[in-house]
Amino acid sequence: MIPTILINGLVNSVVLVLIAIGFSLTFGISGVANFAHGAFYLLSGYTAWMLFRFLGLPYPLVILISVVTVGALGAIMYWVVLLRIRGIILSEVVATFAIGVAILEFFKWMGFHTYEFSLPVFIKGSMEIAGLFLDYQRIAIVFIGLALLLFLWFFVHYTKLGLALRGIAQDEFTAMSLGIDSDWTAMISLALGSALVAVAAISILPLGIIAPSVGYDVLLTALAVAIVGGLESTIGIVVGSLILGYSQVIVASYYTPLWMTVVYLVAIVGVLVIKPSGLFGKSKELEERV
Amino acid sequence: MSTGDPILKVINLNKNFGGVKAITNVSFELEQGGSLGIIGPNGSGKTTLVNLITSFIKPDSGEVLFNEKNITGLMPYKIANLGIARSFQMPRPFYKLPAFKNLIIPLYSPRVKRLEGGKYGERDDVALDLLEDVGFERESPVPYKVAGSLPHGYVKRLELAQCLALRPDLIIFDELFSGMSMSEVASTLPIIEKISEEGKTLVIIEHRLRELFRVVRRVIVLNFGSKIADGPPKEVMASGEVKKAYLGSEVE
Amino acid sequence: MVVSYRKERLDRGIKARSDDIFVISSHRETLYLVLPRIIPIVGILLIPLLKENVGIYWEKVLVITCIISLLSLSWDLLMSVGLVSLGQAFFFGTGAYFAGFLNKSFNWSPLFTIPIATLGGGAFCAILLLPVVRLRGIYFSLITLALPILFMRIIEAGKILGGEEGIVALTPFHSIWIELYVPAIALLFCLFGFRRLINTDYGIVLRGIRDNDRAVMARGINIYWYKTQVVFIAGAVGAFAGAFLTHYYQFAGTSGLGLDYSILPLTCVIVGGSGTFAGAVLGTFILVPLAEILRAFGTLRVVFYSLILLAFVVVLPEGIFDYLQRKYHQYERLASVEVGK
Repeated sequence: MIPTILINGLVNSVVLVLIAIGFSLTFGISGVANFAHGAFYLLSGYTAWMLFRFLGLPYPLVILISVVTVGALGAIMYWVVLLRIRGIILSEVVATFAIGVAILEFFKWMGFHTYEFSLPVFIKGSMEIAGLFLDYQRIAIVFIGLALLLFLWFFVHYTKLGLALRGIAQDEFTAMSLGIDSDWTAMISLALGSALVAVAAISILPLGIIAPSVGYDVLLTALAVAIVGGLESTIGIVVGSLILGYSQVIVASYYTPLWMTVVYLVAIVGVLVIKPSGLFGKSKELEERV
Repeated sequence: MSTGDPILKVINLNKNFGGVKAITNVSFELEQGGSLGIIGPNGSGKTTLVNLITSFIKPDSGEVLFNEKNITGLMPYKIANLGIARSFQMPRPFYKLPAFKNLIIPLYSPRVKRLEGGKYGERDDVALDLLEDVGFERESPVPYKVAGSLPHGYVKRLELAQCLALRPDLIIFDELFSGMSMSEVASTLPIIEKISEEGKTLVIIEHRLRELFRVVRRVIVLNFGSKIADGPPKEVMASGEVKKAYLGSEVE
Repeated sequence: MVVSYRKERLDRGIKARSDDIFVISSHRETLYLVLPRIIPIVGILLIPLLKENVGIYWEKVLVITCIISLLSLSWDLLMSVGLVSLGQAFFFGTGAYFAGFLNKSFNWSPLFTIPIATLGGGAFCAILLLPVVRLRGIYFSLITLALPILFMRIIEAGKILGGEEGIVALTPFHSIWIELYVPAIALLFCLFGFRRLINTDYGIVLRGIRDNDRAVMARGINIYWYKTQVVFIAGAVGAFAGAFLTHYYQFAGTSGLGLDYSILPLTCVIVGGSGTFAGAVLGTFILVPLAEILRAFGTLRVVFYSLILLAFVVVLPEGIFDYLQRKYHQYERLASVEVGK
């Protein structure tokens, strides 16, 4: 039982990390909370599905096109909508929320939720690890997740663009006076966040079907991980995902899978009582304004 | 508490921001009714010190005692209600409200309600009186103008009125005179002198030393977060270390 | 010498004359001030009397409109203190379930369940949101977004409070007059009450918290306590709306926590104009009947609301009410300007 829980917990945690990292990164860098996060996840799935089913393109190409398209969509959303209302928190929040809902409800209306709508796995088959049959897709997810984290860490610490993004996140005005264009970097961060969500979607959706309710679940997950781990902190995302991921698996093993979402609520309430800005959140609500 | 006890005691305050030592081991005492100036070059930590005292930032170590009560790390509104008012270096009034309505907020605080008996409907009159005290012409439309349309000198004086509205025992001014013209400074200085004569304790951060020395009898100099001098203005300004901090030293 | 034109806006004479209450000297000026307030009151109170002519369908629409207006007003109140709620459905659903539970379990009549649900719901929401009120504004939006979805899942998973089917067969109202007039009076009470409140000293403190909370805190006010009070009031109003509809539909279910009840009030306020409360009501009275007409489109309605919301947020954030108010108080004309010599 224990090895099963350990392994399933790890897989689940990586799934959560993949889902949450796009949202947290975007908010941490550009200060824009992208409430259309779940919608983009779903959109990536449908885009890949349509390219695969209707155009019959080879799957690796489908993946590439989908990720780039959704990334571009994020950038376009910034350019067309958010640019005009940058800085007015209310408008940013409501606008991304409206876009997200419009997309998700549109898909619901179109009726995309039967079993036909699923993405193929990368490699069929499974292997046995410590008495548990784990399919290759889940193993692939773990590797993708870890690779992504590694790539992001490298990107953000060693490349010029990554350092520019961190500069903007820390102090926008100083970064601007050093020649870093904050609108451009905000757009990049939105594109990056969207691309990450597309990667997550293509990796995770093969495990189930594509349905609009998935969109809301994804948004809820990203929010839960962000609240528990702390917005703007990559370590927070990882730790938050581990905590929530393992809790969910334990609850699912001993009770029923229906209670998995309850874990979110308990964790959120717990975090709010103990350390409201999240485990690794930067709680400088007063300091930063003085 | 006897009248000789200091009203404010700052004991070994320390604050680091990441690797930057903003305040290192700063201590001083101030007696009731006294007036203290805090000066130092830019970046020496003057505003940080004020933020530590009024608890907008929590210190890493050290204590602040007000009337012998430990106020370190209390919520800022509690400190205000105990009797410490502060002005902000970059004042941001409530732009859409008329000037005198800006003062409703401090008048609504528990402290003022306790002292005044909390009469409803008279706050507007009190607000207008306070504005007149700081130099807003009473019969003119100026007090009724929206705060966002006031010129800078008036905004600064509105900030002063906000501090006074709280009926504090100790007021900390953070660069009140910055941005004021000579005539505005000349008209505000007597108000500060009057406040001091009325028995209120003042702590004034300033760059305009000539005006400052007219009001305060004692000065503390900060440099890179440490206190490098403490005494009467003439003495402090004659000290070699203070001169070096402000003007730099010659390279041999 | 070139003459060019620029647009200028001037207050109408009648506004200038009627600005100060002691200057009103004619019936026309009194009417100018009083009419915009009287018309909605009279209108809302009289429409129910037309019920024979308009049919039972439009009665329902009126009730729903008034109820949604309560959610819109609640949102606007939260906005006035700086909190952006993405989950009005949470307040609504809490009230709905409170009333439904009390009615089902103890058979109390609406006379008791609705007030208890209102106050209890408000308290429940305020307590739950208490820790969030200390944080940056965005956390409030995050939590209010997450809470309705979470509670919906819990109810479905735990099969409590009726699970997926909801609580059914509840007590309806005795007479149609109660059904029509209670929401209408509640609406008018909240509308004019909130408008009055925001102009008192208490309201000024709230607006101050929204503008610059560290300054308010430096002047001795416990901003968190005031924010919590506002959450309680707004939550209570939302819970009242939910409790009322529970008895109107004789049903309380997870649909009460649905996205509809979060996004519709939000859209109504943005379209009508936030900050004035009257804008919230105006927007609701425009959009909700429209939504009923569009009911044939099914879920596509929600897509419409979202797109309208998006359009207004980006293009006309002040909303319609502000535009109308400007037209009423000011007139525009082209003034000639001499340019160049």
